[in-house]
Amino acid sequence: MSQNTLRTPQRGTTEAAWVRYTLTGIALAFMFLFLVLPLAAVFTEALRKGWDAYWEALKEPDAWSAIRLTLITAAVAVPLNLIFGVAAAWAIAKYEFRGKSFLTTLIDLPFSVSPVVAGLIYVLVFGAQGWLGPWLMEHDIKIVFAVPGIILATMFVTLPFIARELIPLMQAQGNEEEQAAIVLGATGWQTFWRVTLPNIKWGLIYGVILCNARAMGEFGAVSVVSGHIRGQTNTMPLHVEVLYNEYQSAAAFAVASLLALLALVTLAIKSVVEWRHEREMKTIAERPPEKPHTQPSPAAVPRNRGGLTQETPDKARP
Amino acid sequence: MTTTTLPARTAPFFASPRRSARVLPGFNLTLGFAVLYLSLIVLIPLSALVLKTFTLTWPQFWEAVTSPRVMASYRLTFGAAFIAALVNAVFGLLIAWVLVRYSFPGKKIVDALVDLPFALPTAVAGISLTALLAGNGWVGQFFEPYGIQLAFNPNGVVIALIFVGLPFVVRTVQPVLEDAEKELEEAATCLGATRWQTFSRVIYPSIAPALLTGFAMAFARGIGEYGSVIFIAGNMPMVSEITPLIIIGKLEQYDYAGATAVATVMLVISFILLLVINGLQGWQRKRSAGASQ
Repeated sequence: MSQNTLRTPQRGTTEAAWVRYTLTGIALAFMFLFLVLPLAAVFTEALRKGWDAYWEALKEPDAWSAIRLTLITAAVAVPLNLIFGVAAAWAIAKYEFRGKSFLTTLIDLPFSVSPVVAGLIYVLVFGAQGWLGPWLMEHDIKIVFAVPGIILATMFVTLPFIARELIPLMQAQGNEEEQAAIVLGATGWQTFWRVTLPNIKWGLIYGVILCNARAMGEFGAVSVVSGHIRGQTNTMPLHVEVLYNEYQSAAAFAVASLLALLALVTLAIKSVVEWRHEREMKTIAERPPEKPHTQPSPAAVPRNRGGLTQETPDKARP
Repeated sequence: MTTTTLPARTAPFFASPRRSARVLPGFNLTLGFAVLYLSLIVLIPLSALVLKTFTLTWPQFWEAVTSPRVMASYRLTFGAAFIAALVNAVFGLLIAWVLVRYSFPGKKIVDALVDLPFALPTAVAGISLTALLAGNGWVGQFFEPYGIQLAFNPNGVVIALIFVGLPFVVRTVQPVLEDAEKELEEAATCLGATRWQTFSRVIYPSIAPALLTGFAMAFARGIGEYGSVIFIAGNMPMVSEITPLIIIGKLEQYDYAGATAVATVMLVISFILLLVINGLQGWQRKRSAGASQ
């Protein structure tokens, strides 16, 4: 207690310097051990045999086909999940209906299901012994152990990302702006493109890049449905596994380094999006209050929310 | 926004929205599409799993999910996930605290780096952690002389799960800490509380729900995790074989029934955890709503 009285008043809500430095030191050391070292190890191991070997590993046809398959998978899965995410967020955030919280829980389900189980369920539906297996065999359609199965499993695993990002965002923004647009005669599409989309664009980008990172990096679910046919149904993570198990460590890490780069780019875009969003929120918050004469408020809409969301439709920057 | 709306008793499960919200178009379209998509991608395939389980007789099912090898895998999976989530709760709270309360050079980069386990594919994390922790790796070499093996045994599983679970705790605790009211702490200090008392009696109760949510999320993720673990675990039956790997093993032997049975157990557990997490989040919302009033 005697020490307390010696402190300056503003120290009341922070710790002594040595405590601050110790805590920061422990936190940073932990992050260095668990996050920085693994990341550094990927690139070091990839270049262990030099740049030539690195390029060789990436130029290999199997590696190329893995890269291509990964890109195709993400190119199909991400846009579909984007449409789903926007539709689900619109329905959940803009309306009240029964079963809403149940629906929200269901959207979260793929996050908590083990990726292996996610792959297994598609084998059970489309596999040779599955529900649709015989019919698919008759018509010579391959889904499991082929590209469609990989895409489906990826869609399952990445389904919640965009919806999860958009639902709270759109709920926080409320309905007033859209209602105003409709009352002023805009069609539903116009309202969405001109009012809703500009408001949710940061959340949308955020969700899309996270969804994309997971779609390109998914391993467990894809590994169950892929069948591991080299050069045909191996995505990049699966190719990494194959090379690693064949003791081609440098080649495995070379392909892995591409995925690590993807992760770094994802983090960079994500941070930029966050900073942009923060700055935008700050400029909105710092804007002077509206004058009632210059900006007629939408009369038909009850004003029951904070001023923040009311001001966003005019995107004119100060 | 009254709370006294009584939905009509005859309304279907997904009933129409209340009249006041009807101004906006697209309810039927968006809800219809969302439900259809969710059914096709998630619900119907998941029900295939459940229905397949029902084709087993009870003794078959019981034998599949309680054989000694499977039981050993449950112990490892749940034990490792629990320890990892506990470690993450402690260090995740510490990292969130440091990121919110203190400033230091490079803080923004450190903040961005927290999400690395979300962005880095699990297979990459798996091989890279294995390279680090193996007896000749950067980290493993310091433990090797003392006879401590970090990779290819349950230790490796725990470390991999710490890696994948860390962001869950940091990212759930961080916003709550940011919103915490400084006035309460000031009041506590003015009333003569030491810094530790302020933390344990004022700050900690307000972040406890978020911390518990983060713990549960990291735990749930740890139970299902596959990619990062299989490289580092060594995958010895009865010792370092996780439950998802059991499912894969059964599938590779075309034992679809056995794989389905174990998968159903995992599905039920993850569903329970999902409900727990939802409940915790509801508690947290109520807590923060109560605090702001």
